[in-house]
Amino acid sequence: MITSSLAIYFIGIHYSDDPEIVALIVLFVSAFLIMVDFSIIKSFERLAEVAKMKSEFVSIVSHQLRAPLSNLKWIVDLLISGKIEHVSEKQTAYLQILRENSQRMEGLVSDLLIVSRIEADSLPFKNEKASLVKLVKSLILRVKPFTRASNTEIKLTIEENLPDILFDYERMEQAVGNILDNAIRYIGGVDMPGETGHIKEKGNVEVILKKEGNRLCLEIKDNGIGIPEEDQKHIFQKFFRASNATKVQAQGSGLGLYIAKSIIEKSEGKIYFVSRENEGSTFSFNLPIK
Amino acid sequence: MKKILFIEDEAALQKAFGDILSTEGFQMISAIDGEIGLRLAESEKPNLIILDLILPKLHGLEVLKGLKENKETRNIPVIILTNLGDLENIEQALELGATTYMVKSDYTLDDIIEKVKKAISS
Repeated sequence: MITSSLAIYFIGIHYSDDPEIVALIVLFVSAFLIMVDFSIIKSFERLAEVAKMKSEFVSIVSHQLRAPLSNLKWIVDLLISGKIEHVSEKQTAYLQILRENSQRMEGLVSDLLIVSRIEADSLPFKNEKASLVKLVKSLILRVKPFTRASNTEIKLTIEENLPDILFDYERMEQAVGNILDNAIRYIGGVDMPGETGHIKEKGNVEVILKKEGNRLCLEIKDNGIGIPEEDQKHIFQKFFRASNATKVQAQGSGLGLYIAKSIIEKSEGKIYFVSRENEGSTFSFNLPIK
Repeated sequence: MKKILFIEDEAALQKAFGDILSTEGFQMISAIDGEIGLRLAESEKPNLIILDLILPKLHGLEVLKGLKENKETRNIPVIILTNLGDLENIEQALELGATTYMVKSDYTLDDIIEKVKKAISS
C-alpha cells in the first residue's frame, strides 16, 4: 500500500503542480486501498470461521450419533446372546440384520469423524515400530468370511525378512483395510452372461508386500470392475464414487480412499494406482523404512 | 456378591448393563450423573466403577479426580467407557488413575463384560 501511495504521489506531481490536489488524491486512493484490504481480510476471516464451524459441526454430530448407535448395538448384542431370554432362530436372523445395519451406520459416523479430524489437522498419530507384515496378515484373516461370501480368493506374497517400520498401527490398519475392502467389494460386478442368466466371475485379489530401496511397498491388485478413465482423477476425493461402483454396490460413502490417502501421506508414504474399467485395479503405497 | 457402580446418563445402557451384570452374578448400582456417582462411590464402596465421561452436573474426568483424591475411594478400579476417543482424553484419564479406557464403538458387550470380570478379579 505504501508503494502504491508513493507511486500515485509521483504520478500526481508529474501531472499537477498543485501539491494540495496531489495530497488529496493520494489520501483518497490510500483510503480506498485500506477499505479493499479490510474487506479482503474480513472475507478470509469469515471463510476460516465457516470452515472451522463446519468441522466442529461434523465432529459434534458424529459424537452425538455415536452414543445412540452404541446403545443400539449393545442392546441387540444382548438380545442375540439369549442371556435375557430365549430367542428363536427367526428372531435371531432379524436381530442380525439390525446389528449389521447399526454397524454400517457406526462405520459411516466413524469415517465422518475421521474426515473432520483430517480436515482440522487434529487426527492423532501414535507412531511406533511395528510389523506391516503382521498387519496385512491379520487384515486378510479378518476379511476371510467376506471373501468366501463374495467368491474371492486372496493370494498373499510377502518378501522374506522385511523390517519393522515406524507407523501408527491402528490408523494404518484402517488405510489398508479400506483399500483391501474396495478390492473385494467391487469384484462382484464382472457379470458373465451364462446359459442360466448372469453368473459372477471368480474374484482374485493379489496382495504383495516387498522392499523397494529404502521403502516398504504394498500392492493390492484385483480383477474387479476397475475405475472408468474419466473418474480416475477424482478417485481420492472425499464422497466421490466412480460411476460403475454405484451400480454394483449401492452402499459406500466415498470416504474410504480419501481416508486411506490422508493416513498414508501423513505417515510419509505415497499412494498411487493403475486401473482399467472391467479389468481391475492395482492400488499401491509405500512407507519409508526407519 | 461383588458390587459395580455404573455412572452413565443413558437410561438404555443402565438397563442393559443392569440385566447382563446381574446374569453374570454382579450387583449393579446406577448413578445417572457425576455428582450422584461420587456420592454413591463413597457410601456404597463398590468393587469396581464403570464411568462415562460426558455426564450431567460433573464431567467424568472430574469424577475420576474426585475418586482418586478421596482415600475412601482411591483404590477402587475405574473403567472409563465413553464415546470420546481423543488421545487427549485417554491420556488424561490414564494419568488420573483410570484402570482401563474403552471407546464404546470399538467394543462388543461381551468384550466389556470380559474387561469387567478381569478388572474386578485383579
